Amino acid sequence: MNVVVCVKQIPDPADPGALDPDTKTLKRDTKLILDESDSYGVEMALQLVDAAGGGEVTLVSMAPNNEVGGIRTALAMGAAKAILVSDDALQGSDALGTAKVLAAAIGRAEGTDLVITGTESTDGYTGTVPQQVAELLGLPSITFANHIEIGDGKAAVHRQTEHGYDECEVPLPAVVSVTAGVVEPRYPSFKGIMAAKSKPVDELGIADLGIDAAQVGWAGAGQEIVEIEPEPEREAGEIVEDEGDAHERIVAFLDELKVL
Amino acid sequence: MAAYPRQPSVHLTEDHEAFRESVRAFVEREIRPHADEWERAGIFPRDLYRQAAKAGLLGLRYDPMWGGSGLDYFATVVLCEELAKCDTLGTAVGLMAQAEFALSVLADEASDSLKATWLEPAIQGELIGAIGVSEPGAGSDVAGLSTRARRDGDDYIISGQKTFITNGTRADFITLAVRTGEPGPRGISLVVFPTATPGFEVGRKLDKLGARASDTGELFFDSCRIPATNVVGVEGSGMRYILSHFAGERLVIAALAVGVMEHLIEMALDYGNERNVFGTPLLGFQTWQHRLAEMATRLEATRQLTYQAADLLNRGDHTGEIAVSMAKSHAADSVKFVAAEVLQLHGGFGQMEESPVPRYYRDVAGFSIGAGTSEIMREIVARALIQTRAAGTKERK
Ligand SMILES: Cc1cc2nc3c(=O)[nH]c(=O)nc-3n(C[C@H](O)[C@H](O)[C@H](O)COP(=O)(O)OP(=O)(O)OC[C@H]3O[C@@H](n4cnc5c(N)ncnc54)[C@H](O)[C@@H]3O)c2cc1C
Ligand SMILES: Cc1cc2nc3c(=O)[nH]c(=O)nc-3n(C[C@H](O)[C@H](O)[C@H](O)COP(=O)(O)OP(=O)(O)OC[C@H]3O[C@@H](n4cnc5c(N)ncnc54)[C@H](O)[C@@H]3O)c2cc1C
Repeated sequence: MNVVVCVKQIPDPADPGALDPDTKTLKRDTKLILDESDSYGVEMALQLVDAAGGGEVTLVSMAPNNEVGGIRTALAMGAAKAILVSDDALQGSDALGTAKVLAAAIGRAEGTDLVITGTESTDGYTGTVPQQVAELLGLPSITFANHIEIGDGKAAVHRQTEHGYDECEVPLPAVVSVTAGVVEPRYPSFKGIMAAKSKPVDELGIADLGIDAAQVGWAGAGQEIVEIEPEPEREAGEIVEDEGDAHERIVAFLDELKVL
Repeated sequence: MAAYPRQPSVHLTEDHEAFRESVRAFVEREIRPHADEWERAGIFPRDLYRQAAKAGLLGLRYDPMWGGSGLDYFATVVLCEELAKCDTLGTAVGLMAQAEFALSVLADEASDSLKATWLEPAIQGELIGAIGVSEPGAGSDVAGLSTRARRDGDDYIISGQKTFITNGTRADFITLAVRTGEPGPRGISLVVFPTATPGFEVGRKLDKLGARASDTGELFFDSCRIPATNVVGVEGSGMRYILSHFAGERLVIAALAVGVMEHLIEMALDYGNERNVFGTPLLGFQTWQHRLAEMATRLEATRQLTYQAADLLNRGDHTGEIAVSMAKSHAADSVKFVAAEVLQLHGGFGQMEESPVPRYYRDVAGFSIGAGTSEIMREIVARALIQTRAAGTKERK
């Protein structure tokens, strides 16, 4: 059982930096870390490989400046190796551009039975990359998985819905996006951290993947960010002074909002 | 919370920092959310040992052959610095009493069969261990202990009493100091004592000032029969083993103190910026600025002593024992100072149980007692200094 997990490396949400007014995108010049949303996919993949009794987990990531901070964390958790795509020409890639790169990189991994992604990243959160990757690879996909079981060349997947889950089945290989919080990502042990340093990270540029620079980056972006604005400050709430009728005024207010 | 601006150290690598992140995540997800509940219950769930083991936290320094990670004392230091921030120091102490106090001597001296039966499952979090040295009549004076192990054929028959034993109420085994021979230090041995042995009884769970989530027990041994093969290393060498392995316990306390001070100073920075008095944030007053600087200075001094001790212990240098005694007594004084200052900074709020500050204030009180009191630490330092001078005088003659 060989699983590829797409892992995004993002600026630390505890210290998220700023938007670049020129490019209107997030500045990514600080150290990047593993997107927590993807730690669940890594854990799920490790468990599936464990349950299958063999095989390995390969990471795929696209990030600027050959960043490996987040990849190292996932390798320390137990992934075997990684493919990292980094290229100046990728600057300005929109979600589809990203998906093209990831799909090509996934093609580099051999004998892949399953591709796992998060459902949406913490910083970009378009939630569109997984389906685009599946389409580009010509693979079936299931989104919002909270449970995966492998058997007979198929994956049985619980797909989370508003009220419970759908039981779905998909032939392998397939792309499955995993919902955050559905497994307990393991903590990298000191031994794992040391072992991660000697695990192979295949660093590729777009030429290595046979991708045309015009298809990706600013050049290939089908979307354009026209304007960015700071989030409006939350308006001050209304303070209800209790003059004996506060409860009535609050009920009336909630009634108006139609939440009662 | 504002992170304490830790200065880089030549002793800590990128791997240590990655490990720190891992421990921090463990503390944030597995411990801190439950701190209040466990403090109230006076105990933390047994399963935490298994979770900690999965993260590789219980066997950092031990041989990978038994499930350890084969690392040195700096891994332990980083672990303690971060564990200390869990807002339930008793839980941190309970974990470390297993990971370091109960196991280190087994890892160094026990037979392979004892290691396979007790060390390995303890590193995996399946068994809980305790260290049983102190008795009602022998605390600082370890050589005065009187719990007796009488040889009977292939067995020892153990009778006596221990007290103040961390993890004592639920340990599966105790690394137990007993008297197998003559009075005084040479008659002491260490044995692995399985608590399922008939005749063993846990008395009261002791009601403590602080570290309330760690259970501290009173233990009774009434003609308990255990195999003589449970002796750790060589019979009669117990005192030597105890003294040499106290170093690890003392380093743990010192490193926990460093972590507590970082955490408390972080709280002081936050509260000191947010809380306005007479229209000025607390940290706008010079008195608090200077007190903050003093706290950070004592923290860093403790850290330097602690790292120095860890470095010497890693090298097996005999002065490590002196350094760690200095580190521990200085750590206890410093962390009490910082806890009192941060409590004062918080005003009335600092008296409220909804803040972790008063809990830390209580929890650090025991830092100058457990694992050897500050007076005993100073005894060790002074004796070493005086002996060195005596040796030097002899050389000059
Ligand atoms: C015009 C435009 C320009 C942009 N320019 C830049 C730029 O210069 N630099 C920049 O960093 N971003 C840029 N972005 C943002 C970027 O498009 C998205 O962050 C990125 O395409 C992924 O989309 P997402 O984060 O919404 O993924 P989602 O669809 O929300 O992510 C779902 C899952 O897909 C996988 N995934 C997503 N991205 C990656 C990745 N990079 N590597 C591995 N797995 C991944 C993960 O498993 C993730 O959990 C730009 C966006 C636009 C519209
Ligand atoms: C929370 C907690 C957990 C503990 N856990 C364990 C455990 O897991 N296992 C274990 O074996 N023990 C444990 N202990 C016991 C601890 O090691 C002892 O309490 C400690 O060594 C002091 O011994 P004592 O209490 O008998 O004090 P005493 O030895 O009676 O000391 C009383 C006072 O006299 C001082 N004093 C002693 N000797 C001298 C001297 N020579 N000169 C000057 N002053 C001196 C001491 O410093 C102290 O201030 C624990 C204690 C506590 C509080």
